[in-house]
Amino acid sequence: MAGNWSLGRKRQVLQTRATIIQEIRHFFVTGGYLEVETPLRIPAPAPEAQIDAVVTDGWFLQTSPELCMKRMLAAGYERLFQICHCWRADERGRLHLTEFTMLEWYRTGSDYRDIMTDCEGVIRAVADKLGHGNFIRFRGRTIDIGGEWERLTVREAFARYGETSLEDALELDRFDEIMVEFIEPRLGMIRPTFIYDYPASRGALARLKADDSSVAERFELYIGGLELANAFSELNDPVEQRRRFEEESAHRARMQRKCYPLPEPFLGELDAMPLSAGIALGVDRLVMVLLDAARIDDVVAFTPEEL
Amino acid sequence: MYTVADLRKGLKVTLDGDPYIVIAFDFAKPGKGQALYRTKLRNMISGVILDRTYRSGETFEPASLEERKMQYLYKEDDHYCFMDNQTYEQVHVSEAAMGDAKNYLIDNLPVSILLFKEKAIGVDIPNFVNLRVTQTDPWAKGDTSGSDSKPATVESGYVLRVPPFIEEGELITIDTRTGEYSTRVKG
Repeated sequence: MAGNWSLGRKRQVLQTRATIIQEIRHFFVTGGYLEVETPLRIPAPAPEAQIDAVVTDGWFLQTSPELCMKRMLAAGYERLFQICHCWRADERGRLHLTEFTMLEWYRTGSDYRDIMTDCEGVIRAVADKLGHGNFIRFRGRTIDIGGEWERLTVREAFARYGETSLEDALELDRFDEIMVEFIEPRLGMIRPTFIYDYPASRGALARLKADDSSVAERFELYIGGLELANAFSELNDPVEQRRRFEEESAHRARMQRKCYPLPEPFLGELDAMPLSAGIALGVDRLVMVLLDAARIDDVVAFTPEEL
Repeated sequence: MYTVADLRKGLKVTLDGDPYIVIAFDFAKPGKGQALYRTKLRNMISGVILDRTYRSGETFEPASLEERKMQYLYKEDDHYCFMDNQTYEQVHVSEAAMGDAKNYLIDNLPVSILLFKEKAIGVDIPNFVNLRVTQTDPWAKGDTSGSDSKPATVESGYVLRVPPFIEEGELITIDTRTGEYSTRVKG
């Protein structure tokens, strides 16, 4: 036998992947961020309507390190980042792995606009390290990452690209369908796009906008039609957070999805968390963009099917 | 009964009483939103192709097809001929209904013929088939792109990428689900 040929062929991809992760680490360490590790196996993931955790020996594999990292903000840490594995049950496709690599960072005294600036900074730094300069090639397009990135509200995106208004899409329960079908494929095609200010119902852990409580201060980053990251101005009102978790749990119960215990230590400490913002960015997908890979399978050493 | 989690290329389901085969499948999940299972389905009788998007919780009846073990005999015009080794009965399957399976057909390859109401409407082939390489350029010694690949033609006429060390006349295993090279067969 000649060994595993297709695994051997991934050497260059895996070397570039390692460089990307090292550069991300360098960017945050030099920016004064503390790198942390929090437990992967937890008793109570954030109850979100559409995200299912993998059960392991009565507890759960984390779907995100968000709650532990926010407890650290509440304890007085100002700038944190983490690169870790997360699991989301039954999510597998061309752009999804059940087990994937997440980059999260959080900063106090900030809102989601500061996180947008961080995104520009870290992705430019990594692209520069790989010798891309101001432009990257992805999915047959040249995307300008050196100039100003596009900022588009969800409402504007529906008006511009959707086949119905945002109100109708929500009313008819077609928000996700229209996002996938009409909007996502148009985002970040010429330069990266931040799509922001989601309907309040679609940001269970996000702060509502001070002058418009119908929207949550949440954004998603797209490059070449690919969703890379989700960010919030973080909600730090424990009463409101508990109410939203209960609402999400009730929704899960109605959908006959597994219900999780409420994360009580997190809720108990949340009122000590200063105004903060944070983000979760899919590292595998960032590698896809920077290597112009078509499938997430192409940028990891092993897929679950190969184990 | 299948659920959306069973959806994949090649799955055969019943829609409105007709057998359909999934010919393309994509999992989508826009930021914190619901999972959407986007499929392209081919009606195995009429050949009509549908685009359908499903959500979590939806279920499917398997296509009610009878499977019979047969052997590939030959191709004639736009159809392929197979024979039942027990009864010597022969059936024809149209080129359109063959799908990717036609890339791997060699004489006497054992296959499963799929019948719907007695009519042959498709064919299932093994996940892995061994085919001999009939043409590929030799690997130039000193070529430093050691981990790269080169094109090769196999005895069925199909062309795929193989590792540089594969030589003409060698037997290789192909994964018929992806159409890609899997491994070299010794001897």
